[in-house]
Amino acid sequence: MHVHRQERLWLTAGLAMLVLFAAVITTSALVDGFVPPSRIQSIDPTRVSQTPPFDHPGLRKIADGAYEAYYVARIFSFSPTEIRVPAGSRVTFYVTSADVEHGFSIPETGVNTMVTPGWVSSVSHTFKQRGTFLLVCNEYCGGGHQMMAAKVTVE
Amino acid sequence: MATPIGSETPAKSAGESLALSRAGGDLLVLAHIYTATFVLGIGALFGVLQGFSRANMIVMPPWFDYYRMLTAHGVLMALVFTTFFITGLFTYAVYHSIPRDRSPRLGWIGYCVMLAGTAMAAVAILDGSASVLYTFYAPLKASPLFYFGATFLVVGTWFVAADLFLNVAWFKRMAPAERIPLPAFMATCTMIMWIIATLGVVAEMGLLIPWSLGWTSGIDVGLTRMFFWYFGHPLVYFWIMGAYTIWYAVVPTTYKGTVFSDGLTRLAFIMLLLLSTPVGLHHQYLDPGIGAGWKWLHTMITYGVVVPSFMTAFAIFASFEFAARNAGVRGFANIVRWLPWKNPVFAGPALGMILFIFGGFGGIVNNSYSMDVLVHNTMWIVGHFHITVGGPVALTFIGASYGLIPALSGRKLFAPKLALVQVYTWFVGMAIMSTAMHWAGLLGSPRRTSDVSYFGMHGAATWHNEMLWAALGGAIIAVSVVMFIVVATGTWLANQPAEEKPQFAFAPAAAGDDASSTPPVLDRLGRWGLLAIALALLAYAGPVAQQLQAHAYLAPGMRTW
Repeated sequence: MHVHRQERLWLTAGLAMLVLFAAVITTSALVDGFVPPSRIQSIDPTRVSQTPPFDHPGLRKIADGAYEAYYVARIFSFSPTEIRVPAGSRVTFYVTSADVEHGFSIPETGVNTMVTPGWVSSVSHTFKQRGTFLLVCNEYCGGGHQMMAAKVTVE
Repeated sequence: MATPIGSETPAKSAGESLALSRAGGDLLVLAHIYTATFVLGIGALFGVLQGFSRANMIVMPPWFDYYRMLTAHGVLMALVFTTFFITGLFTYAVYHSIPRDRSPRLGWIGYCVMLAGTAMAAVAILDGSASVLYTFYAPLKASPLFYFGATFLVVGTWFVAADLFLNVAWFKRMAPAERIPLPAFMATCTMIMWIIATLGVVAEMGLLIPWSLGWTSGIDVGLTRMFFWYFGHPLVYFWIMGAYTIWYAVVPTTYKGTVFSDGLTRLAFIMLLLLSTPVGLHHQYLDPGIGAGWKWLHTMITYGVVVPSFMTAFAIFASFEFAARNAGVRGFANIVRWLPWKNPVFAGPALGMILFIFGGFGGIVNNSYSMDVLVHNTMWIVGHFHITVGGPVALTFIGASYGLIPALSGRKLFAPKLALVQVYTWFVGMAIMSTAMHWAGLLGSPRRTSDVSYFGMHGAATWHNEMLWAALGGAIIAVSVVMFIVVATGTWLANQPAEEKPQFAFAPAAAGDDASSTPPVLDRLGRWGLLAIALALLAYAGPVAQQLQAHAYLAPGMRTW
């Protein structure tokens, strides 16, 4: 079995490209902390409405320009249905499901995470642009899935 | 026909009984191919209705709602069509390259179990008790019939695999010094990978079935998701290895070419066997309960599984060029023109290869951890798997069917011009539909949703325009599928005996790069299989332990549709 010279060149170039991609991903993870939402915190999915802070879902101000938003996803709506934050705010979302698998996505932003019963998901985003953003469930959750949405208004 | 690659064959003298046994095998393979054909037809009908429905051109009635149809489309296309075609193709590859006086009984058992499973799952989906989509994420709770059906479908493939393994083992016993013929090698390698992968989904069924029967009250959602994607990504490579088998070994016969290199082909397949499974977490980047470090590990291994695809790309184009040069054709444009674009057995797979280049680009984007956040669960992903499994894989299987059906039935291909128009139409339709889907995804349009109007809120209008294009592409594909069904069933019904028995053969390897120069270690498939299991365990032991350690809660099942 011999490897032709052209194939060696092709594979070397291909490998170099993959190593570059891998290096970019690894560097951005280590240096900028740019990793996908991977929170490890479990919660009893049958007792979400009794478990703080999800017993009172909503927005909490932590400091100037820093908020925490606690959401409960349940067929076929999000609670809270709308939050309002000033432009430039950094919002950390904490989301859990009281029933089935849901998604939590604000299109045109980097906010996107799965919401799995039994777990708390978390993702942060700084809202620079003013406007009303659509928050959608982007994982099939049942017959009314297409209606499951909420609003994030940046003032 | 059927001289295996290599010199001596153990069953050269088997004579007439050989011809008989092959005829029995032919019927078995034909059953697989026709089943795949009809499933594709039904799946495509649901597909085009979905496209129209999502573009708000039609509204599905409540007795057959969008999500029931979406489940049927996904299950039929991703799990049933592909599996029947691939197991049929590999049965052909082994029976054809290892001539032996054999009984195809085990293969028939496998086929019947697969068919029974398909029927069970189909009943559950159509009666509305299993609108859980093809990923059946718990705690959505389908009727037990659905889970039993899926299990039967998988277990049926194990019978087929056992039949193939027994034939290859027989070959190794009869001719220990010989290399396994290349088509049989590719089939065996893929089926080993498939068994390792399907153990994951069968383990998941071990949790889902007792729960759906009401024997257990709750389900570990995170664990079932992990089991599913442990299986879900190698499923993709199962499709790709089926298509690669045709690209490497069948497509060259359409231009009197050769397999570029026997040894490198085997090496690529072994890399796919090793690296297809320990990568499933790249479907779960956005899942809670899985540490970012494990996700990173799977990202890195996924980059590794790109390498055998690079090797395949090189081998395919090198095979084109060698054959063209042998025929005295030189220069890029001349070689492209020289290729048999008017033969659907070539044009189908070749058009698929063109789509696959874009599918590969998209795949690298999806794997890239941080970029995936922007496209996860958007229409981009739907575009991606339509330009991979719906493009290259389906076009390759359809193109191959145009060769296989006449070869197996001894009948002339019905309306060969229609077959040719069909593959080009499919290509155009899929290019339009998949481009629109990718674009809608970049605009943020979510997938798996019957309607994206969202009370007329921001963004929804731009998503709608893309859905109109997707519906147009889908309609073109639907017309193409009708042509395929006409040609495939027409070949059987018209029953025109071919003057000369049509062949569906496997190309020999290029001189100097044939099996005699292949290192014997590449044929040690049992050991490569063990190494693949070890890699899968290494990649999954940590994440599974992490889930079990952090998590003690079970979720009750629910029917939310």
